Amino acid sequence: MNWTWFHKLGSPKWFYEISGRLLPGLSIAAAVLLVVGTLWGLAFAPPDYQQGNSFRIIYIHVPAAFLAQSIYVMLAATGIVGLVWKMKLADVALQQAAPIGAWMTAIALITGSIWGRPTWGTYWVWDARLTSMLILLFLYFGVIALGQAISNRDSAAKACAVLAIVGVVNIPIIKYSVDWWNTLHQPATFSIVEKPAMPAEMWLPLLVMVLGFYCFFAAVLLVRMRLDVLHREARSSWVKALVAARVGEGR
Amino acid sequence: MGRVFVSLIVREARLLCRRPAELANPLVFFAIVIALFPLAIGPQTSLLQSLSPGLIWMAALLAVLLSLDDLFRSDFEDGSLEQWVLSCHPLSVLALAKVAAHWLFSGLALVVIAPVLALMLGLPGRCLPVLLGSLLLGTPVLSLLGAVGAALTVGLKRGGVLLALLILPLYIPVLILGSGALQANLQGLPVAGHLLWLASLAVLAVTLTPFAIAAGLRISVGE
Repeated sequence: MNWTWFHKLGSPKWFYEISGRLLPGLSIAAAVLLVVGTLWGLAFAPPDYQQGNSFRIIYIHVPAAFLAQSIYVMLAATGIVGLVWKMKLADVALQQAAPIGAWMTAIALITGSIWGRPTWGTYWVWDARLTSMLILLFLYFGVIALGQAISNRDSAAKACAVLAIVGVVNIPIIKYSVDWWNTLHQPATFSIVEKPAMPAEMWLPLLVMVLGFYCFFAAVLLVRMRLDVLHREARSSWVKALVAARVGEGR
Repeated sequence: MGRVFVSLIVREARLLCRRPAELANPLVFFAIVIALFPLAIGPQTSLLQSLSPGLIWMAALLAVLLSLDDLFRSDFEDGSLEQWVLSCHPLSVLALAKVAAHWLFSGLALVVIAPVLALMLGLPGRCLPVLLGSLLLGTPVLSLLGAVGAALTVGLKRGGVLLALLILPLYIPVLILGSGALQANLQGLPVAGHLLWLASLAVLAVTLTPFAIAAGLRISVGE
């Protein structure tokens, strides 16, 4: 297998060119998928036989929760790449993805609690899933806070990488122990209503929304990474040439 | 290798014994926090007894966290850490020795005074073996995980709050299992499952965290 493309990714200039070409496609895909999924899910999917129309928040809640979890795994993966291959772009990706992950976790928590009001009759219960999502949010806060506390960029990225890896090892343990705590301490006053096997008219828009969220994440991540790359490489010749060319076009 | 480990522990022990106040402070903190709970939630014996497992574990967790803030600080400031990084011995083993020495003094002392405070909260005497067992298995995990955070934040000026922010979410499994064991014991339920899980967490922490601590120290020293 040819690994040249992987090593090339280490070059900020090459990344800037490639991401510039990928970005329009990703943004359009994200916009189309999100619009189609939202319209389909909110207007055309049939109402749930138990929850009526309130279940439609699932089309925001579930993709956000998916992303929240996969972004943390991505943090650890980029952390390993950054520590092992000393690839600067992995550092950039880690630090730029963390805030997006925190927002997705927050969106999942907020939509979940809004959904909980009509379904369980309360905004918050110390349910195992809710609690572990809240802990995930705290883990994101830890990574972001550590990255901002260390002024040296390289050390900050390495420290975040170590923390993300330790966190990922811990996540299954936390998840398992919280599940156990919940079954031991909490009588199931409110249990998440067992999801009936969804008909295709319901899960197809959900699939579209999940894909749309992933495209949206990729596009936002690329934009943030490009900005950060420009910031870090501000003194290099290719950025200066780029800026000069842009200024020339403007005139 | 073994000689270095032992001599490092002896060095740490000597250093800690010369500054007894630093050893005593987390213990006093532990006692004060325990004393604050009855003042906050009322002196009813039955209420305190049912809450005591959680209270003791919360206080122990905070005391360990407080004691870890300056675990590597003096070594960082006087340059010993740099010598460690440069030495021919693996940094992870040196870090493990450091944490082991720290736990032998502050962690064990905490375990020793915990029964007295637990009895004051109204925990029945029959629960004491489980209290001691869970603390003996749990506090090393707290020390080792906290050392990862301490290694990452040692170079920062105000690392204390940041350390808590980084490490407290990772403490959750120990808190759940430790207080769960006590709670189960209080209600007369079997506790072997909790204690075995705590033991496996301890084994996992002893084997894996030294590498994370070493990586954290390298980053902080290299800055």
